[in-house]
Amino acid sequence: MRRHSLSTRLWHWLNALCVVVLFMSGLSISNAHRHLYWGDWGFDARQAWFDVPRFPDWMTIPGHYSLAVARDWHVLMAWPFALGLLFMWLAMLVSRHFVRDIATTRSEWRAQAILDDIVQHLKLDFSHAGGKYNFLQKLAYGVVLGIFLPMMIFTGISISPGMGPAFGWLIDLFGGRQSARSLHFIFAFATCGFFFVHIALVVLSGPIHQIRDMLTGGRIDEA
Amino acid sequence: MKRRSVLAGLGALWVAGCNKVAETDTGAKLLSAAEKWHRGAHRLLIDRNALAPEYPHSAVSPFFRGNGSTDPQNGEYPRHAANGFSDWRLEVRGLVETPLSLSLDNVRKLPQRTQVTRHDCVEGWSAIGEWTGPQLSLLLEAAKLKPEARFIVFHCADEYKGTSYYESIDLVDAFHPQTIVAHQLNGEPLPVRNGAPFRMRIERQLGYKQAKYLTAIEAVASLEGIGEGQGGFWEDRSGYQWYAGI
Repeated sequence: MRRHSLSTRLWHWLNALCVVVLFMSGLSISNAHRHLYWGDWGFDARQAWFDVPRFPDWMTIPGHYSLAVARDWHVLMAWPFALGLLFMWLAMLVSRHFVRDIATTRSEWRAQAILDDIVQHLKLDFSHAGGKYNFLQKLAYGVVLGIFLPMMIFTGISISPGMGPAFGWLIDLFGGRQSARSLHFIFAFATCGFFFVHIALVVLSGPIHQIRDMLTGGRIDEA
Repeated sequence: MKRRSVLAGLGALWVAGCNKVAETDTGAKLLSAAEKWHRGAHRLLIDRNALAPEYPHSAVSPFFRGNGSTDPQNGEYPRHAANGFSDWRLEVRGLVETPLSLSLDNVRKLPQRTQVTRHDCVEGWSAIGEWTGPQLSLLLEAAKLKPEARFIVFHCADEYKGTSYYESIDLVDAFHPQTIVAHQLNGEPLPVRNGAPFRMRIERQLGYKQAKYLTAIEAVASLEGIGEGQGGFWEDRSGYQWYAGI
C-alpha cells in the first residue's frame, strides 16, 4: 500500500507552488498599503490596528515594487489554489483518507495523550506505528486543510469588489471588508508559519526519504 | 545571520525565476488570461444587475480620502473651479445617434440615484460615501448607442503625472443600476478633492475606475487608439488589470 496516494502527491506539489507564489506576491500587495483595519472602511494609519513592516525585494514577487505585476501573479495562482483545494477535499472524502487518517477521534483528545505527543515531538522522536499520523499531525493537517487554506479563499473573495454583490453575507460574516482583509493577512501568516514548521519537521525526520515518498508515494510495510 | 542569508538567496533566486517567466510571451499571456477567467467567472456567477453592498447613512466614513489628482492645476480646470463649474460641459459622444452636451444644471435636473457604497482602492484601503447622480444608463439611452458600441470611455480634465486621465468599462457595467455620474458626495456638491464637478461611480470595480473631473463620455467599438490602447491611465502606465473587479 502506498504511503501517499497519487491525489495527495499531485495536490501537495501543486499547492506548494501556489502557496509560495501567492504568499510572495501577497507581500508585494501588502507593501502597497501597510496598514490593517477592522470594520468596513479604513484609509489612514491612525485607524489601523496594525502597521505591517515593508518587505524587502528578495521576499516579493516581482523582485521590484509593482502592484500591477504582483496582482497578476496573485490572481493567476488563486485559480489552481482554489480549484486544487476543492479537488483535494473531494478526493479525501471519496477515498475516506480524511475520515481514516486525518479526522481525530474523541479518545485522542485526552490531555495526557496530547502532552505525551508534544514531549515526543520535542525529543525529536518521530517514530509512530504503521506510518499513521499521530494526534498533533492530524490536528495540524486538519487545521490547515479545513481552516487556514479555505479561509484564504473566503477572505480573498470578500476583498474582491466584483464578488461583493453575490457575497455580501460573507463580508458581513467577517465583520466588513477591511476585517476580511485583515483576516486574509492573518491566515496568510498562519499558513506561512505552518509551512516553516512543516519543512523543519521534514528536515528533522529524514528529508530524503520524506521527499522521495511524497514524489513516488512510498510504501507502508504491512507487517 | 547565515541562515537568513541562505533564505534571502533562495528567495531572490525564486523571485528572479518568476520575473523571467513573466517576461516570456507565454508567461505574459498566462498572467493576462487569469484576469479574463476572473471576469468570466464573475459574469457567470453573479447576476449582471446584482448590486454592490449598500450601507445605511450612519456607515459613511468621517472623511473621504482623495487619491491621485486632488487639485488639478492644468488647462481650464482652475478657472472652472473658481467660478463654481457654471460653464462646465459634460459631453456624451462617439458611437451615439444624438450627441449630448450637458451643464451641471442639466445633470441635476435628471432623475437621481443616491447610494451609500464602499470605495475600495487597489492599494487596499476603503472609504464609505453617499453618492448622488443620474444613472449612466439614462444618459446612454438619451444619446442612443449605435449597435457597434462595445465600450464606454470616460475622459477627464486632470493631467496626472503628465498624461490625461481616462478610463473605460464594458456595457455590462455601463448599464448597471449603480453606475452613476455623481455630482454630490454626502449631500454636498462634490469637493474638488473627490472629482468636482462630475465623477463616475462604478461600484463593482476598484477605485481607479471611478474617473474624476469628467468632461466626456464616449461610446467606442474598440479601445485601440485611445491613450496607449490598454483601456485606462493605470492600465497604460503600469499594467493594471483593465477588469478591476478583482
